[in-house]
Amino acid sequence: MTYTNRADGSQINQPAASGVRAQSSGGSGKSQVNRLRGGQIDPQQTLSFSFDGKKYQGHPGDTLASALLANNVRLMGRSFKYHRPRGVLTSGSAEPNALVELRTGARQEPNTRATTAELFDGLVAKSQNRSPSLKYDFMAINDRFSNFLTAGFYYKTFMWPKAFWEKLYEPIIRKAAGLGSLSFEDDPDEYDKGFLHCDLLIVGGGPSGLAAALTAGRAGARVILADEDFMFGGRLNGETFDIGDQIGREWVAAAVAELHAMPNVRCMSRTTINGAFDHGIYSAVERVSDHLPVPPEGKPRQILWRIYTKRTLLCAGAIERPIAFENNDRPGIMLASAMRDYANRWAVTAAQKVAVFTNNDDGHRTAVDLIAKGVKVAAVIDTRTDAPRIADCELLAGAQVIDTAGRLGLNFVKVRLADGTDRNIECGALGVSGGWNPNVHLSSHQRGRPVWNDQIAAFVPGPDGPPGLTAAGAANGDFSTAAALKTGSAQAAAALSDLGMKASTIDLPETEDAQPNQTPFWYVKYGKGRAWIDQQNDVTVKDVKLAHQENYRSVEHLKRYTTLGMATDQGKTSNMGGLAIMAELTGQSIPETGTTIFRPPYSPVPMGTWGGRARGKHFHPTRETPSHKWAVENGATFVEVGNWLRAQWFTKPGETHWRESVDREVRAVRESVGVCDVTTLGKIDVQGTDAAQFLNKVYANAFAKLAVGKTRYGLMLREDGVAMDDGTTARLSEHHFVMTTTTANAVNVYRHMEFVRQCLFPDMDVQLISTTEAWAQYAVAGPNSRKLLQKIVDPEFDISNEGFEFMACREITVCGGLRARLFRISFSGEMAFELAVPTRYGDALMRRLMEEGKEFDVVAYGTEALGVMRIEKGHAAGNELNGTINALNLGMGRMVSKKKDSIGSTMSEREGMNLPDALNMVGFKPVNSADKVTAGGHLMTKGSPVDAAHDQGYVTSACYSPILNSSIGLGFLKDGANRMGEIVSLVSPLTDLNVDVEVVNPQFVDPEGVRVRA
Amino acid sequence: MIINHPLLGPRDAQEFTYLGDASLIDRPDWQAEDAQQQFYEYTYLRENPAGEHRELWFHEAGDRSWLVVTRNTLTHEISNVEMASDVARARGRSK
Amino acid sequence: MSVHDLKPITPLWGTAAQIDNLGDMRISECPDWALASIAARRGQEDAMAAAANKFLGVALPDVARSASKDPFTAFWTGPHQWMIEAPHDTHEDLAAQVKSALGESASVTEQTDGWVRFDLEGPHCDDVLELLCNADTRTMEQGDVTRTQLEHLGCFLICRAAGTHFSVLGPRSSAGSLHHALITATKSAT
Repeated sequence: MTYTNRADGSQINQPAASGVRAQSSGGSGKSQVNRLRGGQIDPQQTLSFSFDGKKYQGHPGDTLASALLANNVRLMGRSFKYHRPRGVLTSGSAEPNALVELRTGARQEPNTRATTAELFDGLVAKSQNRSPSLKYDFMAINDRFSNFLTAGFYYKTFMWPKAFWEKLYEPIIRKAAGLGSLSFEDDPDEYDKGFLHCDLLIVGGGPSGLAAALTAGRAGARVILADEDFMFGGRLNGETFDIGDQIGREWVAAAVAELHAMPNVRCMSRTTINGAFDHGIYSAVERVSDHLPVPPEGKPRQILWRIYTKRTLLCAGAIERPIAFENNDRPGIMLASAMRDYANRWAVTAAQKVAVFTNNDDGHRTAVDLIAKGVKVAAVIDTRTDAPRIADCELLAGAQVIDTAGRLGLNFVKVRLADGTDRNIECGALGVSGGWNPNVHLSSHQRGRPVWNDQIAAFVPGPDGPPGLTAAGAANGDFSTAAALKTGSAQAAAALSDLGMKASTIDLPETEDAQPNQTPFWYVKYGKGRAWIDQQNDVTVKDVKLAHQENYRSVEHLKRYTTLGMATDQGKTSNMGGLAIMAELTGQSIPETGTTIFRPPYSPVPMGTWGGRARGKHFHPTRETPSHKWAVENGATFVEVGNWLRAQWFTKPGETHWRESVDREVRAVRESVGVCDVTTLGKIDVQGTDAAQFLNKVYANAFAKLAVGKTRYGLMLREDGVAMDDGTTARLSEHHFVMTTTTANAVNVYRHMEFVRQCLFPDMDVQLISTTEAWAQYAVAGPNSRKLLQKIVDPEFDISNEGFEFMACREITVCGGLRARLFRISFSGEMAFELAVPTRYGDALMRRLMEEGKEFDVVAYGTEALGVMRIEKGHAAGNELNGTINALNLGMGRMVSKKKDSIGSTMSEREGMNLPDALNMVGFKPVNSADKVTAGGHLMTKGSPVDAAHDQGYVTSACYSPILNSSIGLGFLKDGANRMGEIVSLVSPLTDLNVDVEVVNPQFVDPEGVRVRA
Repeated sequence: MIINHPLLGPRDAQEFTYLGDASLIDRPDWQAEDAQQQFYEYTYLRENPAGEHRELWFHEAGDRSWLVVTRNTLTHEISNVEMASDVARARGRSK
Repeated sequence: MSVHDLKPITPLWGTAAQIDNLGDMRISECPDWALASIAARRGQEDAMAAAANKFLGVALPDVARSASKDPFTAFWTGPHQWMIEAPHDTHEDLAAQVKSALGESASVTEQTDGWVRFDLEGPHCDDVLELLCNADTRTMEQGDVTRTQLEHLGCFLICRAAGTHFSVLGPRSSAGSLHHALITATKSAT
């Protein structure tokens, strides 16, 4: 097998070139004051975009966030609750703050992370949750009332008066608090779903994932390598490490090129594995066209993949965690790794002068790399008193950032030094590192709990994760590049070995191998102001303390009470901080405190992606009857019955109301002849030497003695005695029957019959197969039906009343030799036949019947006329077989044979099924002819109170009978068979219905059955 | 979930329709003295185990076989899959 | 054969098969095939297999496989059940022919017009089919058959040539929906 890689180059490790507008200017325009040299962008090409109406420029390879920072835009959004000014915290999918409305018109999408939105020419983005503008937001007043808006404020503040909630509080809160807005237009894009298969799924294309993919790919295994980023490489894109004698990104490019050339490896960039399900099934969202202004014609915007894999390797890396301190949410304050990513990968700095606040060695790298890029680093502030000097700048060991200033962006940080004195440090950006959390998410999607690793003070995947899943690299707590390569390769080899495949680990080049060196530090205790834990949900250290104080101490309660970890980022940067504080307050360890449950999806998925192509008229497949084309040509109005489109009635010129059409069709059938397409009825071929005995089991009434060439009505019960379905079954030969089922129940009845055949009577010689689609079947009904058919049926077949009596069936030929089946059965109560021919001839037969029937003024009739006539004849249908009705209720109690065993026969004898006042199916006519019988109405004994205790039954079907010139109905009435002629009340208290109806024989037309036998 | 079909190998559970407890195979004798009671129990009473459960699945979008699947309701681990007709015969069912 | 004067219509309502060429892919409506299902009567499995072998000129195939000998193809559909395919022009009464050959060893049912067959041909079959069904078509070899859900419809997928030619047999009444799905997926994947 081979994978065909996408033609648009999206799997090549390069940013999108599509939509690029060639410009001669080259280099970073003057507007991009924060653009540095280098990076993995293409400075030779310029892309224009706008944010809040203002025009900016960026380059291919940029994200919206990196391009905004390059243009010295730090303020990107307002916070959820307090409308605090916010900038980026991260450089990737974990972003809590920089959420924007991307695109315009119908394609406007709220809550798009600026950190993952790839820049394209003409991109339009707007900030959210502000009015009138990002800089001047009236709702920022909320920030002043923050004392009222703490954790649980919903529950406390809006308790009373109750009526105010829906009308007053909720609308105001919804307007004030929130994220982006919807376009309220139909999504114009298309979305696909698909299915992939592999031996090894590798989640993440950083150093561990690439090493794993090389190992497995070279061994010949079927591999899927997926990464949410548009470039493979993971952290290597944001670092300056060498691997062997190559710089990191060259090693990545070589690895990706090798993998790309392997037919057994599918490299999927822009693809997020967002759920781990049972037995090696994973879901993935591939963003096929999100990097383009508009998806190409016929191409999907995104694809939701269902991946079947034998083994999975989690190489999802780690996410840096912040440290909480007072006013730590100002634009310009971001994760140290993000600051480094922006500099190294995107050649951008958030400000010309920056500082770093860290509790570990890794944070110092940010200072080193920014200095190398020519950015002034004011200081590295390290919480550890024994912090090593790594960067060539001032080191403040044992110091903490205790406050910050700058209304719409950071101006300076206030630092408490080791000696207890305070010092202000001027800087426009601050990189913060509190250590790293392995990205364990998928390993816990089946409720497996991550386990605590003291060395890195973080959770790593536990042993009870999804079977078949292992983790490598930073996702497993192995943070160095060397460890990532080594464990990635080793775990891939182990997974293949587990599958019985041989694999050798790759040669491991020499590279960065630093040990994690940190002292856990979660939040700064100095300061009285608010220190933010969860910036997306505006949850502060104080909120966590309040939750603890009010006894919401379990992590799940903490989450619900404070909203910590909710919404689009699901707390990727915040949950650990909240847990650590709760652990401290309760005196428990962090692992004792535990994590909340991890659930799919890993990152947000547009609604359209879940829907795929099942939208509008393609929500489900359509089934067309053999006469569909003719019906369209002849004015049919269609009704959906299951997936079938059935003609409901046929409107003739001059008819202005459906009743006119239906009444005409009914009269024509009863007076002469009509044709109705009944192909939709389920047809099941039942063959075998035990076929008759089998039918005796599934039908309540007897079939064994049905003569060849005869048809019989059959009632099928559930084992509990309730009616399941009914229909006719014809015996074509000794061992060959054809059963019909109702249209709606065809699938269920077939499944039930296979259950009876395979599970209950496995040695019966009987074989079943559906033939519903194979035959076009038309009911030809009315006094002239025989005359019409005699013009079609080949003359050697006698279909006179003597030669082909009521309930006969025969295999015949029509129109000069076409094989056909003819059944003399009637649903309308008229003399009637059903004629079946192979479906490909169904269209021609319909046209022939209508042509040959002209001399009889033949009509085509639809389901509505069919329904009217079956009510007039008192035939039960789906409305009556409602899942509560038994044979006795239907007036067929004596049909349930007691001489044989059938499904439901024993339970039919239960006392409760045979009460003296059991419901009986009866007919109803209004006493006052102007009144209507209404289906769904309930029946009361005349004069009795109208309440449930006095309920006597209900009406199931009703229609206007053009034959009786009256509204009529069928329904169930207690002891109804003995109440003929009684006047009862038909009521519906909800609609003020209360009319008098007379209880009558349900067979309104031809109760003696003369016409059907004519 | 993946059901390892005895004939077709691993197939997605999406292709199947679930019925329930495999005890539905043990349909009582209609001529037994206490047939009413037996049918009552057969129709309405089920074990609801937290752990291994034998259950009936129909391969509706496949070969139309009824299968008896032994599944752990706590972990979804499937430890055994059999053709229901074989199970039925082994339990004495015939015609 | 019959001399009746009713004109057949294809599942897509045409008088001739519809062919769609999309780049280097082709989707063809194939109405010119007759189908009959056979299922062994209990205890007659060997007898049916022998009779079928004699009639077809080739042994009935194993689970999830097909076997061909001009003009017939037989493919497995379920335990002791197969479908037999033959040209409609010469075998419109295929069920009757098969029944007379297999006699009481088999239950035979005409299936010709129960199904619409679309053939998908070209180098991107796997890319198209992975958007439509969960069958692992990249591992399917010539003659492999599976039943799978496609556009929510139960379909047979027959590999006529690995990677480049597949037949999709779906319920005839949904031919329009199935055709739409094939066209849409082909445009998307190629």
